[in-house]
Amino acid sequence: MSIPILTRSAFALALLIAADVHAATDADLAEIRDQIRQLKDSYEARIQALEQRLKDAESRPSVAGPIPAAATTPAAPAVASAAPAPASGISAFNPAISAVLQGAYANLSQDPNKYALAGFAPSGDIVPAKRSFNIAESELNLSANVDDKFYGNLILSLSPDNTVAVEEAYGLYTAAPYGIAPKFGRFLSSIGYLNDQHQHAWDFYDAPLVYQAFLGGQYQNNGLQVKWIAPTEEFLEFGAEVGSGESFPGNSRNKNGTGNGIVYVHAGGDVGASNSWRAGLSYLQTAARDREYSQPDIAGNDAQVAFTGRSRIAIADFVWKWAPNGNAQETNFKVQGEYFWRRESGDLTYDANNALGLAQTGGYRSDQNGFYVQGVYQFMPNWRIGARYDWLNPGSVDYGTNGVYFGATSFNPQRTAVMLDWTPSEFSRFRVQYQQAKLRPDVTDNEIFVQYILTLGAHGAHKF
Amino acid sequence: MKSILRWWCAATLLALAAPALAALSIFATVPEWGALAEELGGDKVKVYVATNALQDPHHVEAKPSLISRARNADLVIATGAELEIGWLPLVVQQAGNPKIQPGKPGYFEAASFVTMLEKPTRLDRADGDVHPGGNPHIQTDPRNILRVAAPLTARLVELDPANAAFYQERGKAFAERFGNAIANWEKQAAALKGVPILVQHKAFTYLIAWLGMIEVAALEPKPGVEPTTAWLSEVLALLQRQPARMVIRAAYQSDRASLWIAERAKINAVALPFTVGGTAEAKDLYGLFDDTIARLRKGAQ
Repeated sequence: MSIPILTRSAFALALLIAADVHAATDADLAEIRDQIRQLKDSYEARIQALEQRLKDAESRPSVAGPIPAAATTPAAPAVASAAPAPASGISAFNPAISAVLQGAYANLSQDPNKYALAGFAPSGDIVPAKRSFNIAESELNLSANVDDKFYGNLILSLSPDNTVAVEEAYGLYTAAPYGIAPKFGRFLSSIGYLNDQHQHAWDFYDAPLVYQAFLGGQYQNNGLQVKWIAPTEEFLEFGAEVGSGESFPGNSRNKNGTGNGIVYVHAGGDVGASNSWRAGLSYLQTAARDREYSQPDIAGNDAQVAFTGRSRIAIADFVWKWAPNGNAQETNFKVQGEYFWRRESGDLTYDANNALGLAQTGGYRSDQNGFYVQGVYQFMPNWRIGARYDWLNPGSVDYGTNGVYFGATSFNPQRTAVMLDWTPSEFSRFRVQYQQAKLRPDVTDNEIFVQYILTLGAHGAHKF
Repeated sequence: MKSILRWWCAATLLALAAPALAALSIFATVPEWGALAEELGGDKVKVYVATNALQDPHHVEAKPSLISRARNADLVIATGAELEIGWLPLVVQQAGNPKIQPGKPGYFEAASFVTMLEKPTRLDRADGDVHPGGNPHIQTDPRNILRVAAPLTARLVELDPANAAFYQERGKAFAERFGNAIANWEKQAAALKGVPILVQHKAFTYLIAWLGMIEVAALEPKPGVEPTTAWLSEVLALLQRQPARMVIRAAYQSDRASLWIAERAKINAVALPFTVGGTAEAKDLYGLFDDTIARLRKGAQ
């Protein structure tokens, strides 16, 4: 074998170059480069010849599988480039495609059409499910590198009522240095912990009450996001977003400039081999103009009201995960919680559509908060149990001159849930969830969900 | 305001200066490539290993600590062949580090330098956790480690040309020493040739091919699918016709299925280190195979 001699001479040459490189002129350098190239060519040719011989040697006796132990010479490392040529044709650059199929059977003791969180302005479509059999949102996900600088992702959500929504459609600039990751388009904002996770990755069937009350489910942003990861060993991430601010609690205001501003910081790390954690603080400021909704007044009329003003939300979140030696395959435990606070200040118009003939505008200011905390334990491979507790505080609401129509409420909506899920593989999950929800005074809703989640296509990666 | 500005400037300067000061920062996805990088890079590299030997390499989460380490890495060494597909793409994407994007010199996949075995002829998730590129557990054959060492040395040279001679020298020394060790292991393992065994997961395909053992069956009905009693009973029935000498599993795996079958079939259950750190003896790449062969020999008796 002449390889060792060859390597030795290459090594000697490299040494020479290393010693001489400072004194060398451009002409010298060019010459050396040429020599290296020649050397490399002959080296590669030899390796290829060697490889061929190795292949011949391996293929001859392998009538039934295993390669005989002595078939190769251990001292000669073969640089095999055995990768086959990639598929050609117009489909070769197709993006990674995956689809998520979801559905549930729901048994609800209260009428879901009357679903509401007492003391909180309605935030959009937050009803967990219709009664009986449902399909939930199906998701279609396309993603690929656009070119050497960008990555693109499109996530379509197909609703059971046969409408299509663009859940996420964003570009990510992958060539940014210094730990910067800019994103643009429509994306789930990275505020809080659960917000940028898709519904099928949640540990419970439905969103925590704080997400329903304060963000209308999940906060979607049309705009720009920049994250910066500090060059530290512990995880420390700063992020900022601006966007149109159309999502609840803001709305579309037909104005130039930005409609919201978001900042957050996330920290995280490991404790030993078995524990890892992440904690974060987020702040969102947005505004609404004539955000209309109906709210029962003191007389019991469903009055149409309209809010115009600023909305500010602060979120503190944490998640702690435990798995023995970091091996989550057998057993693992995860606890997470988030605290939300929201202040809305501006004007509220009572009887905005003048249905009662009493339209009037007055000042408005609310301070509200809430939290959830949940734990999920995998007690054996493929099986997990979990519990969650939700609590909302309607806090103080100052209706100004409209105070004559609306009374104060001190009722705390709350909910307790337990769930059991079975995950036969990374691509399928079945879940049973029972929860008792007390979302309006004197109304208890016993809810049972049986849910399935099937993922097909490209292997996705889940966020921490 | 001024103090915030000053703080920002300081932080930015620190961020710019940090990579210049340190040695080549390496992020290895699994312990074997971390160990190899240390063999080849010595004190010129700083190696962070993302997982330990007691973790199932198929199921790793994109933890915050991994993102922050990847953010500072000059080189990611992965197995490839989709072993890390559940977490590495996300970590690399979130790290905001253009150096380690796939296709860049800072992203190295070991599997592309090895002849892959068990490439599936059909791709269907009904067949379990199949990897389109072939079985990704290439490190169980030491000759594969040697095959990866050469291009990895070249990569270190490319990324850190100032220490080219150092890496080449170490690469050559490693090839010689490890090559001799392989010859030695082959001698020690000569008696294992033709020995029929059971595997818990199809994690040892390359080891079995290297030593010429015969894999009678796997305890997992499909790769990555937990063994069921019904399937284990079938394996037990199979053993009546085709006896096996032992059942082997990786250190990170639960011993339940192995012990169940070992007890009923009256064969040895052997836990192999699988990678560096899997047992107390498998302290480095040499210890890994010393211990693997020793345990196999003991199990075959």
